[in-house]
Amino acid sequence: MSSPRVTFSNKLLPYLLVAPQLAITLVFFYWPASQAIYQSVLREDPFGLRSRFVGLANFQRLFEDPNYINSFWVTAIFSISTAVIAMIVALLLAVMADRIIKARGFYRTLMIWPYAVAPAIAGMLWLFMFNPTMGSFAYMLRATGYNWDPLLKGDQAMVLVIAAAAWKQISYNFLFFVAGLQAIPKSLIEAAAIDGAGENRRFWTIQFPLIAPTTFFLLVINTVYAFFDTFGIIHAVTGGGPGKATETLVYKVYNDGFVNLMFGSSAAQSVILMIIVIALTAVQFRFVERKVHYG
Amino acid sequence: MAEPVDSMVQNNRGSRLIAHAGLILGILIVAFPIYYTFVASTQSLQTILRPPLPLLPGKEFFDNYGEALFGGVGRIGGVPVSTLLFNTTVVALAIAIGKIAISILSAFAIVFFRFPLRMFFFWAIFVTLMLPVEVRILPTYKVMVDLGLIDTYTGLTLPLMASATATLLFRQFFMTIPGELVEAARVDGAGPMRFFFDILLPLSRTNIAALFVILFIYGWTQYLWPLLVTNRNDMNTIVIGLKKMISFADADTEWHLVMVTCVLAILPPVLVVVLMQRWFVKGLVETEK
Amino acid sequence: MATISIKEVRKSYGNQEVIHGVSVDVEDGEFIVIVGPSGCGKSTLLRMVAGLERITSGTIEIAGKVVNELEPRERNIAMVFQNYALYPHMTVFDNMAYGLKIMRLPKAEIRARVDKAAAMLQLEPYLQRKPRELSGGQRQRVAMGRALVRDPAAFLFDEPLSNLDAKLRVQMRLEIKQMQRSVGTTSLYVTHDQVEAMTLADRLIVMNQGVAEQVGTPISVYEKPASIFVAGFIGSPAMNLIPAEAQGDGLRLAGGGVVKPRDVALPDAGRKVLLGVRPEHLGVVDGSGGADLAMKVAAVEALGADTLAHGHAQETGETGEMLVARLPGSTRVAVGDTLPLAIGPGMAHVFDAGTGKRI
Repeated sequence: MSSPRVTFSNKLLPYLLVAPQLAITLVFFYWPASQAIYQSVLREDPFGLRSRFVGLANFQRLFEDPNYINSFWVTAIFSISTAVIAMIVALLLAVMADRIIKARGFYRTLMIWPYAVAPAIAGMLWLFMFNPTMGSFAYMLRATGYNWDPLLKGDQAMVLVIAAAAWKQISYNFLFFVAGLQAIPKSLIEAAAIDGAGENRRFWTIQFPLIAPTTFFLLVINTVYAFFDTFGIIHAVTGGGPGKATETLVYKVYNDGFVNLMFGSSAAQSVILMIIVIALTAVQFRFVERKVHYG
Repeated sequence: MAEPVDSMVQNNRGSRLIAHAGLILGILIVAFPIYYTFVASTQSLQTILRPPLPLLPGKEFFDNYGEALFGGVGRIGGVPVSTLLFNTTVVALAIAIGKIAISILSAFAIVFFRFPLRMFFFWAIFVTLMLPVEVRILPTYKVMVDLGLIDTYTGLTLPLMASATATLLFRQFFMTIPGELVEAARVDGAGPMRFFFDILLPLSRTNIAALFVILFIYGWTQYLWPLLVTNRNDMNTIVIGLKKMISFADADTEWHLVMVTCVLAILPPVLVVVLMQRWFVKGLVETEK
Repeated sequence: MATISIKEVRKSYGNQEVIHGVSVDVEDGEFIVIVGPSGCGKSTLLRMVAGLERITSGTIEIAGKVVNELEPRERNIAMVFQNYALYPHMTVFDNMAYGLKIMRLPKAEIRARVDKAAAMLQLEPYLQRKPRELSGGQRQRVAMGRALVRDPAAFLFDEPLSNLDAKLRVQMRLEIKQMQRSVGTTSLYVTHDQVEAMTLADRLIVMNQGVAEQVGTPISVYEKPASIFVAGFIGSPAMNLIPAEAQGDGLRLAGGGVVKPRDVALPDAGRKVLLGVRPEHLGVVDGSGGADLAMKVAAVEALGADTLAHGHAQETGETGEMLVARLPGSTRVAVGDTLPLAIGPGMAHVFDAGTGKRI
């Protein structure tokens, strides 16, 4: 039985209070989600007149489709790179912020900005700087002889979107790392200092292990971010190209379904994405909850 | 932020200087793209098309901004940026306020009442965390079409109002309210709704402030949803409008206006975050726990 | 006429009964203290009167009206909580005025009532402060003020002093007593502290594991405890309880000694009993006979005003709990001494060993 809470005894009121949320949830979440699952086992005939039940054929087709496998790879590389870069840079900055006293608030204020920037805009900003036609940095790269052309070269396009995505996440991670470092009791650090540990050793042996929960948590959050919230970046900057070099899973769902109108396939992809999200969220809650128990 | 230890552990001057240097570098990396765009927004189109961009702002500030805000911007069908700003503001505010209102009522019901299906409702709401828009693009779009919500403010905001995170946050907070407080209110004669408005709401002020910032940003930076749900140019949010303005293959793009729009798209949420920084940081770190 | 009538009230959680048929009639203006150890059900009983817990069976009447199905606000009661339960975001004034505001009293009257209560509780300088700016004692006063202004049929106190330090507790309980006397409101007060219970109560209800073992004035509970539990709970140090067997003219103790308590009716022979004597009713007799017990002193506590001697008596045997005797502070006792002790006339209590009830 759940905790013995003090409650009010009204019978009807609670239903009225949850009704709005439940209604929206039902109409805009559960109904479409069930539709997606339903659609994923259908295939439309070429004229869009009839659909027939095809079991898991859509899923099978997907896994045989090199483009789909490609988008898995793209997404994996994209997510891992973004998460790793964003977290390392943020951790570095957080450690530095932890070591100074003056102007800490000043630095934090200036680091927060990117949180308020839409991912798509973050992408555009970096595009302005690196666009082959007019970007200052592109100009400089070209001036050194490097053939910078993200519109033609898949790898370079990836680098661009990864840079933009990571750039935006740095401030979010920074805030959490700073909080995590601040939460370490100062007495532990003092004790280590008395024991003769220098700054670096103190970091690796005390601070780093103690922020492990935060690190893990951010890893999951960053991964989820890279999977889903970065649709805007891809759409605005590269459109999945050149040649599908930056087509992530989410982008493919959108492109196949919305633009190319391949409903069954898109629905199957949606279902796979759902499974991935559920797995990620389950991991997040399992391990984050445990973090709370560590105290 | 907690008091820094400086008594026993003397971070030597060298390491502190390096830290400052590193942080300044960090800030440059973080702030530079925005600065770059701002400078570009004050230059003429010709200057922009001939890299490298000057490092200092140019003279076209008023011209550019005036033209963007009030003249129509060609590529997005003659819609002035002021319209886009208005749309985005409406959407962000509606989502923030709507989400807070709905979630706080649900959390209130789940924590302070006993009723059959109570935990079922909670889990039903919780599960939606696992169903972001991206996994249900097509069917949700179809629902919008069926309900006639395409190109409406309702369509842009209503589906995004049922948030599990806000409900969870409020539930967490409500569970820390001592039971005695509820009992005292009952003895004083307060019914549940009076308790909600007179006591619960004032105590939730910090949480609401923090959530407001987070949700305002969330609403402002929406991309996929407005992309799906609006066709008409004058219903676009500023982020979508920006996207439509840009085409690198086309010589027609009015880059200087694009830059202006970019700056204007960034400014309001950044202001909100910076001004409400204290609540926001606290709320963010608390939300995710 | 604000009487409270509790008739055969029972409370069960699922299949578990926790309150077993309690009945008590409280007079108008009476100060009743419900006392007992943790978990005995005293708070549950109070909360059933308040309307914060449902009554499984039996009835509760307040001012002659059956209130079983009524919400707290409909019962015209006011409650003072253990943790004060003050609204943290409201000033002291607003905290006290809240209930009145809900009753829609005119502003002027609210003001008058709050001012009057504030004066009585010396809270005037704090009316505009928030609870977090007050000390524990001040917060407790605000909690009482909140109850006072309602002018209810009854006050319900739920261990209001447990969170205060000892000195403050002594001071506050006197204030509570005086306040209740001057306003004359019927009061139910719950505590686990038997000293508090004895000093505050007009009558006590001693509870143990959901049963009201005795209801009576403090003196009657002290002088004639109805059961072993009450005997051991009221009075400190606790009453000595010695296993014995009745043998017609006296009581045979475990160690073989026979005690013949004066002015006490004895049960029939063969009955297994417990002989109860309070430490303060064991006196040292000088030499010449008349001693009921000879205690070999094992430990001494010199408290100044009293001296407590602990030890076993030959008559009771060397096993079991040690006896305690409370002697005047001037008595000189050393470990190893043998003290001849007599039980004061009429001061022996006999309880049935099986049921624990007084004989």
